[in-house]
Amino acid sequence: MDWFYELWPKLGEAFRGWLESALPDSIEGWVIYLVLGLLSMLVIVNLPIVGVMAMIYMERRLLGRFQNRLGPNRVGPFGILQPVADAIKIMTKEDIVPNGVDRIVFNIAPIVMLTPILLMFAVIPYGGDTFLTNLNVGILFIVAITAVDTIAIFMAGWSSNNKYALFGAMRAVAQLVSYEIPLLIAILGVVVITGTMNLNEIVAHQSSLPLILFQPLGFVIFFVAISAELNRSPFDLLEADSEIIAGFHTEYSGMKFGMFQLAEFAALMGYSAVIATLYLSGWEGPGLPGYLWLFVKVFFIFGIFVWTRATLPRLRIDQVMALAWKFLLPLSFLNVAITAVEVVVWENGLPEWLIPVNIVIGAGLVAIMHRGLNFQGQTRQVVPSGPERLAAINRPVGGGTE
Amino acid sequence: MTTVLVFFFILGGMALLGSVGTVASRNVVHAALSLVLALLAVAGLFILLLAEFLAIVQVLIYGGAITIILLFALMLTRTREGPVRLDNAQRRFALIGAGAAFAVLTVVIMVSDWPAPIDNPVRPGFSRISEVLFQQWAIPFEAASLVLLVALIGAIVISRPEKGERD
Amino acid sequence: MPEQYSLEYTAVLIITIAGIGMVLAAFFASMILAPRSKSEAKQIPYECGIPPTGQFWAQLHLRYYIFAILFLIFDIEAIFLFPWAIIFRSSGAVIFYEMVLFIAILFFGLVYSWKKGALRWR
Repeated sequence: MDWFYELWPKLGEAFRGWLESALPDSIEGWVIYLVLGLLSMLVIVNLPIVGVMAMIYMERRLLGRFQNRLGPNRVGPFGILQPVADAIKIMTKEDIVPNGVDRIVFNIAPIVMLTPILLMFAVIPYGGDTFLTNLNVGILFIVAITAVDTIAIFMAGWSSNNKYALFGAMRAVAQLVSYEIPLLIAILGVVVITGTMNLNEIVAHQSSLPLILFQPLGFVIFFVAISAELNRSPFDLLEADSEIIAGFHTEYSGMKFGMFQLAEFAALMGYSAVIATLYLSGWEGPGLPGYLWLFVKVFFIFGIFVWTRATLPRLRIDQVMALAWKFLLPLSFLNVAITAVEVVVWENGLPEWLIPVNIVIGAGLVAIMHRGLNFQGQTRQVVPSGPERLAAINRPVGGGTE
Repeated sequence: MTTVLVFFFILGGMALLGSVGTVASRNVVHAALSLVLALLAVAGLFILLLAEFLAIVQVLIYGGAITIILLFALMLTRTREGPVRLDNAQRRFALIGAGAAFAVLTVVIMVSDWPAPIDNPVRPGFSRISEVLFQQWAIPFEAASLVLLVALIGAIVISRPEKGERD
Repeated sequence: MPEQYSLEYTAVLIITIAGIGMVLAAFFASMILAPRSKSEAKQIPYECGIPPTGQFWAQLHLRYYIFAILFLIFDIEAIFLFPWAIIFRSSGAVIFYEMVLFIAILFFGLVYSWKKGALRWR
């Protein structure tokens, strides 16, 4: 049974042993490393692709259930081959490049978008010995590298020679940038408790109790901030088709559009794995091997994402910004302060009776801070009437309105 | 030539390419994006020097935040037709100035007595970074927060709508 | 360079190359598989079927810039907090209060911008 739990490291070892015996001695060690590196490359690249296919299928089926319909059920048993059909379809679609596009930036943008997301999968630990790289700055590395995606969105929107793409990109960048700070400071709560940024050590710290119990408020902040970072509903403003068509990737078609779609869902999968690692004790779990446990948790968290999407209506941009700066940011500061005090007072690990106390404190703070948002007061906007309204309508397009 | 040196030259070449692109680009957004390339290459150089935390800061602050500010500032400018002329008659003086700065830096780097050998750098742990930052440089660290506060207030004051101007 | 460290970042390098290679491979696949036919109407920027007017470069509202500045400042603050979070337990009360002061100063900045209405999306 041992091989079942340590499948991937054992596979790697076995393959390495086979290579060493099969290749002649004159071939140096670095060739073996190169082959192994290429193989791990293959695994890490295929992991998000297969995962994303499963997630797209799951999302469509779940959404169908939430909306009292069936969802895809024609291709294969239970429609399970639908994502494969979609992938084939998108590959055979024409790749249209409109006039006036900045070709270099237009073509580089999907690369800049997808590469950081793949790097995320290299850092996440899938089991005790199952990880590609074990960085000391692990969690910070993930946040920093995905911050580069903001630039990719700007590149895609700006190079498209399309007003809607540009506006969509600007909105997306403003939103991503705003939610990155609550995200960072929510992570800080975990780092304060565990005293490390290494993801393997963070998981090891949760071998008895998952950190969500000691960080309920931090978890909520992280979850909301991640929904916004990933443009999940209710924060999917840049896909507000009635306002800005499809946002920054309006002009992308064919495989390039497919790359953006892949990046979006792969980021969702990667960050679900990060949530599992930070708050739900990662790959740790009874019975099943680590990598399977992690994927069970990833799909569980993804189910919650789908649930929120099916339940909540889309926010307006001013509400989105207010939520980031007036609600999540002060809350995340308070969360870090409370956590730091707790860690200083109980030096030898937090006692278990703190769990209900933390939950009550978190709920109380959310209830208090929620008043500061005051969405009601902001929804009333004076609509100009008479000549003023005419002037507003006739204002030239793009005259500093967005 | 060691592997590290090979990577140093690759990353240095990327940084140089990005910097030249920043200066020589006709298009102002291309210039900003070339700057991103240069900044990310510098992050790679930090990784070669075993300064991984610094590399992360470089990617997060410079690759993320500073670039976004730069791009937003570019987008604040008025709409213009056709390519924008990004340089003027002072480019010759700028070249002299940049060359002089380069020469001075090179001389200083060659002459200086470095506390640690470059060919065999030590990997600083987080505890070491934190100790230096929060004990040895505690006052500048607090001053940094004041500088940030001043920047924040300044930005808000400048951007406030003037009297009689509608939001 | 320590061997462990170089192995860790070699993996990062490999995956970076893999990401770039993967996107290029996808482009190549679509180049082979996808049909191609040029037409005048297809090349027009898509603005819901209406012929586009003017140029795409629109002036941005100032509010975006304010949020970018706010982002930069709190980003720097957050990044300073990380090395602190790792050691503050083991290195005494001085470092703890140092960070309390640091956060208090910037929290004042947040309150100030809130009161001045800079956090409102106008």
